[in-house]
Amino acid sequence: MDYVLLTEQFLNGFQLGIILFLMAAGLTLVFGIMDLVNLAHGSMFMIGAFVGGTIAVLTGSFIVGVVLMIPAMLVIGMVVEMTTLRTLYPRDHLDHVLATFGLILFFNEATRIIWGPEGLLVPLPAFLDGTVALGAITYPVYRIVIIVIGLAVALGLYLLVSHTRIGMLIRAGASNRTMAGALGVNIPLLFSIVFGIGAVLAGLAGLIITPITQAQIGMGEDVLILAFVVIVIGGIGSIRGAFIASIVTGVIDTMGRSFLDVFLLLFLPENAAESAGPALSSMLIYVLMAAILFFRPQGLFPPKGAGG
Amino acid sequence: MIELRNPANILTAIVIGLCAVVPFLAPALGEPFYVIVFARIMIWAIAAVSLNLIMGYGGMISFGHAVYLGIGGYTIGILAFHGVNNAWIQWPLGIGICALISLIFGAISLRTRGVYFIMITLALAQMIFFLSVSAERYGSDDGLNILGRSDFGLPFYNLSDKLTMYYTIFAFLLLSVFVSWRLIHSRFGVVMRAAKSNDTRVQAVGVSTYRYRLTAFVIAGVMCGIAGMLQANLENFVSPDMMNWPRSGELIFMVVLGGMSTLFGPVTGAFVFLMLSEILSTWTIHWHIIFGPFLVLVVIFARGGIAGLLTPRAARE
Amino acid sequence: MSSAAANPALEARTLRKSFGGLTATDNLSLEVAAGEIHAVIGPNGAGKTTFVNLLSGLMKPDAGDILLEGRDITRLSAPARVKQGLVRSFQITSIFRDFTVLENVMLSVQAGQGHSFRFWAPAAKDESLRGPARELLEKVGLGDRIDVVAGNLAHGEQRQLEIAISLATHPRLLLLDEPMAGMGPEESQGMIEFLKALKGEYTMLLIEHDMDAVFALADRITVLVYGKAIATGTPDEIRGDAAVRAAYLGDDSSEGAA
Repeated sequence: MDYVLLTEQFLNGFQLGIILFLMAAGLTLVFGIMDLVNLAHGSMFMIGAFVGGTIAVLTGSFIVGVVLMIPAMLVIGMVVEMTTLRTLYPRDHLDHVLATFGLILFFNEATRIIWGPEGLLVPLPAFLDGTVALGAITYPVYRIVIIVIGLAVALGLYLLVSHTRIGMLIRAGASNRTMAGALGVNIPLLFSIVFGIGAVLAGLAGLIITPITQAQIGMGEDVLILAFVVIVIGGIGSIRGAFIASIVTGVIDTMGRSFLDVFLLLFLPENAAESAGPALSSMLIYVLMAAILFFRPQGLFPPKGAGG
Repeated sequence: MIELRNPANILTAIVIGLCAVVPFLAPALGEPFYVIVFARIMIWAIAAVSLNLIMGYGGMISFGHAVYLGIGGYTIGILAFHGVNNAWIQWPLGIGICALISLIFGAISLRTRGVYFIMITLALAQMIFFLSVSAERYGSDDGLNILGRSDFGLPFYNLSDKLTMYYTIFAFLLLSVFVSWRLIHSRFGVVMRAAKSNDTRVQAVGVSTYRYRLTAFVIAGVMCGIAGMLQANLENFVSPDMMNWPRSGELIFMVVLGGMSTLFGPVTGAFVFLMLSEILSTWTIHWHIIFGPFLVLVVIFARGGIAGLLTPRAARE
Repeated sequence: MSSAAANPALEARTLRKSFGGLTATDNLSLEVAAGEIHAVIGPNGAGKTTFVNLLSGLMKPDAGDILLEGRDITRLSAPARVKQGLVRSFQITSIFRDFTVLENVMLSVQAGQGHSFRFWAPAAKDESLRGPARELLEKVGLGDRIDVVAGNLAHGEQRQLEIAISLATHPRLLLLDEPMAGMGPEESQGMIEFLKALKGEYTMLLIEHDMDAVFALADRITVLVYGKAIATGTPDEIRGDAAVRAAYLGDDSSEGAA
């Protein structure tokens, strides 16, 4: 048993889980609070990568890119919400799916027009490049940074939702929108802010992954679907559920891809294991989702209000 | 029953009429390319009709319906790859596999409702999509070429003949609309429509709606699978992109665009959607930038689709 | 085993149901004799609708049994109970708004005729569905409204339709959840007359707030307070019961609750 590889892949899985969490947190907040199914969340992921990446390239500093991406995504998110999504709140989920699908087409094409079809190369800042020794293994510094950022965001979200006034307003709005509105909470503004926060989280996820994967058109969609799987497993509206489900999903997906063929070799001849391995490992996470939903159709932490 | 003066139905009649004559009209007008365009539209229309069965009439919004195009298509492709061109083996097997998979997927998905259902159907379809992408032997991303069309072994009926291929698709389109029509008005259809309207009440009169939904899901899956098999034959090619999730989204769009839960809506929806894509894509390579907002506007302002816009008063089927 | 004649039409035995900290049904036992109209009354929050939901199968009890003519139906799903003859109507009107009145009842007739896995013949023209549906609608008083879209009916008419849908499945026992909900005095009177006429044909468990209706129709009454049955008896017995007066009918007044 190669423990070095095992630990590496576990950490990689954890890091994937962090990215998924950043996506899922925004998605579950928006769905839990505004009851909005937002497929264009993946576009926010992509826009954060391109906009933040461009700033990073222009200023020569990745950090500046990250910092300036935050208000940029906040503004973009709020504009999208105010112009297009507001009309959709009273509609049913099918309308949300259709309209945000149209938005995806628009954003992908707009990105292609502005940045061209090749995507954007965002270089890793020198001081974050390199590896560090963790016990017996050497692991890339940057991936650890991603994990740290993700955990910080998770903590921040938890504090925001449970210990601040805004968090209280969010939970009130989720629990009873009409009542909260009647009590003087500016619901439309609150929703815009929540959507903006979701856009920032998605954009952050998109930007911090670009040094590893590069920014590409349509990069948001695959992550989006996984994020939906995550929030369905975790329970819609639950940040805690999203966190747990994200990490589990990330770890299982990554380790599954690395080790499934090894595992299969226990039962199958080499040829079969080698060809079945990749095929089955890509299906693994969906099999997991189907299994969980079969026994618990509401997910692990069923919705009862906002927050974790 | 089918109102002849309803503009929406007139439009459908025009569309179907065009489909019937295009193989002769298009070459005569010097545009033979349009024959294959119409053949493709008809295949999509069949898929849209099948989706409308469960979505429009049953209220089940499947975001993974395109997967059955792929399953049907790949059955033909894989069999052909291994040298089996006999239609009498390919087609029943394709139908059987589609029925089996839609049964399994339906059994899992139908335990959920609402947005959970939408996401699960999407995720299950993705599973099959990734499976086909990872299948190196069968072309993975690049797809699989199919050397010959399904061979029925009948001297008078040969799919390799272009006209025969075209009118086979046409016949299936008519058949799928006809089957749809009978189903909707049958006792089975009554249960489906009632369950969409008020599921609790249907159960309260003694009907276990799950069984009916599952049955409808399988019927729709098989119908869509047949469209996939037709596509595999028409294009002599299958690829994972037949069943990627934007395809499923487009299918939903066609149904909504034409008018959900109307009999002919999916046909006109497929036609308008695809013709619009064709035309827009000749103007600019960046036609999605127009198409995307167009879709958004349709959802916001024309939710009843074309049927809704053209029908003078909400007419029930 | 005892014969059907000896068994009560419906028996609930020590039913219990809690939602978190709230006990909605508290060791509730109740018997409905064959052919009677048995009313269940109680103040708001007494758990009447929860009780109906438990009986009809919409909710599963935490403990206890339900027997229909001596047969244990506790494990059966809601549709299965309907097939056994236990049919309910809803307090908040639950009809098919986009269907016509006739189509609403035809569906119910269809459900009572066995399975609906028939894919070919059009149901709308089927006389074996239209006939019984029309007859029933005449009986209920909606004979001249059969082609109206259900969503366009007046409230009182919708309540009538609600009952018709329940009757169309040939129930052996009817659970009527506030059939007169939202009806004005005239309409209520009509409904009371109608239910009186059904007496003998169907056994009924009637949940109601309207005291006039209850005392006019019921053979026996059970009073529910906080999920417990505090008294069961004939209308006279209940009127005279001190505990009932205190808990429900109020000190001196005997007006029906709203």
